[in-house]
Amino acid sequence: MTFFNRRNFLAGAMFLGAGLLAGCHRASVSPSAASVIKIGSLNSMTGDESTFGKSCNSGIRLAAEQQNARGGLLGKKIRIITADSESSPSKAQLAVLSLIDNHHVVAVLGDVASSNTKAAVPRCQKARIPLITPASTNPNILRGDDYCFRTCFTDTTQGKWIARFARHDLHATRAALLVDTKQAYSTGLARVIRAEFTRLGGKILLAPSYQSGDTNFQTQLTQIKAAHPQVVFLPGYYGDVTTILQQARELKITVPFVGGDGWDSQKTLQIGGKAVDGCYFTNHYDPSDPAPRVQKFVKAYEARYHGNVPDAMAVLGYDAANLLFNAIKRAHGTGEPALRNAIATTKNFPGVTGNITINKHRNAIKPGVVIKIEHDKFVVVKHEKP
Amino acid sequence: MMVTQQLINALNVGSEYALIALGYTMVYGVLRLINFAHGDVFMVGAFVGAFTARALEGGMSAGGHLQLSQTLWQAGVGLLVAMVVCGLLGWAIERFAYRPLRNAPRLSSLITAIGVSLFLEYMAEISWHVGGLRYFGSTPTYFPPIAGSNHGVHVIDHVLHARVIYKDLITFGVCGVTFVLLWWIVRHTRMGKAMRAVSISFDASRLMGINLNRVISFTFILGSVLAAVGGCLVGLRNNQAQPLMGVMPGLKAFIAAVIGGIGNIPGAVVGSFLLALVETLVASITIHGVSLSPYRDAVAFLILILMLLVRPEGIFGKAVPEKV
Repeated sequence: MTFFNRRNFLAGAMFLGAGLLAGCHRASVSPSAASVIKIGSLNSMTGDESTFGKSCNSGIRLAAEQQNARGGLLGKKIRIITADSESSPSKAQLAVLSLIDNHHVVAVLGDVASSNTKAAVPRCQKARIPLITPASTNPNILRGDDYCFRTCFTDTTQGKWIARFARHDLHATRAALLVDTKQAYSTGLARVIRAEFTRLGGKILLAPSYQSGDTNFQTQLTQIKAAHPQVVFLPGYYGDVTTILQQARELKITVPFVGGDGWDSQKTLQIGGKAVDGCYFTNHYDPSDPAPRVQKFVKAYEARYHGNVPDAMAVLGYDAANLLFNAIKRAHGTGEPALRNAIATTKNFPGVTGNITINKHRNAIKPGVVIKIEHDKFVVVKHEKP
Repeated sequence: MMVTQQLINALNVGSEYALIALGYTMVYGVLRLINFAHGDVFMVGAFVGAFTARALEGGMSAGGHLQLSQTLWQAGVGLLVAMVVCGLLGWAIERFAYRPLRNAPRLSSLITAIGVSLFLEYMAEISWHVGGLRYFGSTPTYFPPIAGSNHGVHVIDHVLHARVIYKDLITFGVCGVTFVLLWWIVRHTRMGKAMRAVSISFDASRLMGINLNRVISFTFILGSVLAAVGGCLVGLRNNQAQPLMGVMPGLKAFIAAVIGGIGNIPGAVVGSFLLALVETLVASITIHGVSLSPYRDAVAFLILILMLLVRPEGIFGKAVPEKV
């Protein structure tokens, strides 16, 4: 009856072993190894942050496909290897190690979530493999790590836009703040919002917190309702944001909620429905921007991915990948430290989200937009300068 | 006003925990096994409910606006299908993962339970595209709401000065009916009697001619059906289903079952509402402008540790000396 007798087991083990050996053999003498440039895409393909990770990965892959169609880089083809960071910092660390040690990538693009990037940075720094995060906005994730770069704005900038928008455009003076204590993104952004809103004469009445993945937020929302704020700051990720707004509207909290780029997902509209109507968030770009470089990208992305409109994470991944290709060209290869230095000296690189210059803190200074959710659509209501 | 509202919130959370905790406690009662995959059966329930409701929506929404009766019907069918699918899943988990290990050391079953849990979670992370629709997958799946269920009940609004919406009433109603049904099954049917017998002594009940395999399968099916009800209610409340949505509720329900005395059915319900009450209380306290909400989960796990140290048999459990 049992299939797992000893002989079957031995046969299976031998079969597996043979397969593994064959695998090793192939890898060590691969003729293609020298003619490809391997680049790692560290992104959450599973878990709570996977919409972001999947979009970012799609943007990176589109950039590589276009580059390969133009003949590749320095006569070699680009191969993108995606490692899943599973929406968890500890898994991000394992994923980045596998990119570096098993796949021998020359550079890593990722992650989106600041907590995951923070976990991957020391690994890349130690291995001297350049890491470019396309979308992690927390300012503290890059400190002395001179191999790590960022090609989006930081929360220091974004948080000020959010606070100023609430104070000056929504004329709010009394606000509540709801923070996700599990995410570096949320706690970092909350700190800036609080400081800037207070500096502009506003008052944060209360700041309860939650943890991403919670299903019930009514306790915190009941407290918020009792304090009667004019606006609620919600620097979180779309999955929780939609649930929170749903429950807030059920409790008849009707004031607008304001958040950051973590809200950017078509799921916000689909799951949030009426509950997210009339809320605002800051973002990296506007897909309806008529500028030719934006429209060219949007068309190419829609054609490649079955009509999906690229969200901010897709365009950021695309820009970061192209910036890296550009640096590899300028460095005439992927050697160390030439590639690292080429990335660091990027000036006025024409990205879809604007011209990117890497400053001495290895950050990009970029403009942004404030988006209002209106009748199941994202509408740009304000352009922000860095 | 705020106190009443928080009590209603606690009732909501407690109902969610109770529906999961009952499955934990029943399986422990008959098998002495902590079925860690139980939280994930809850997740599968939410997904199946969402798919069914969505499929029915596609057939009806052609006319435009959906009526309350239509969406109620939709949610009801979704709930029933989820109950059937999860019942089968619970049966399959026991049949193929736990039964072959019934006479193995208890640790083997426990590790298998964790394996089954991870298996379900990561199978749900993979998305399947059938007929242009996406099934499962890591990005949240949309759960169609019941029309009008977000509206408040005005009478209660006025009397209690707290907001109770139809969704709350649906939750409490469904939970109440489920608990009564469960009580009736366990106390007044032959199968219930057999379950109670097995939980007292495996060997003695076998000697009395009870078909052990049938009783154990039935227990798993019953527990999984309850988890499906919980999954659908939570999915309905949040309008979404996700592969990891069962992890935290599963752990909390486990704590609730331990508080009430694991293996004890009324204990699981009382433990759930008690835990929900404590969590809500902790999360709603603010001292000098600093909210205690970040410590809510820490307090829940602290209660588990204290309970295991001070009264491991739980509130309703009887301390039974380990038979040697």
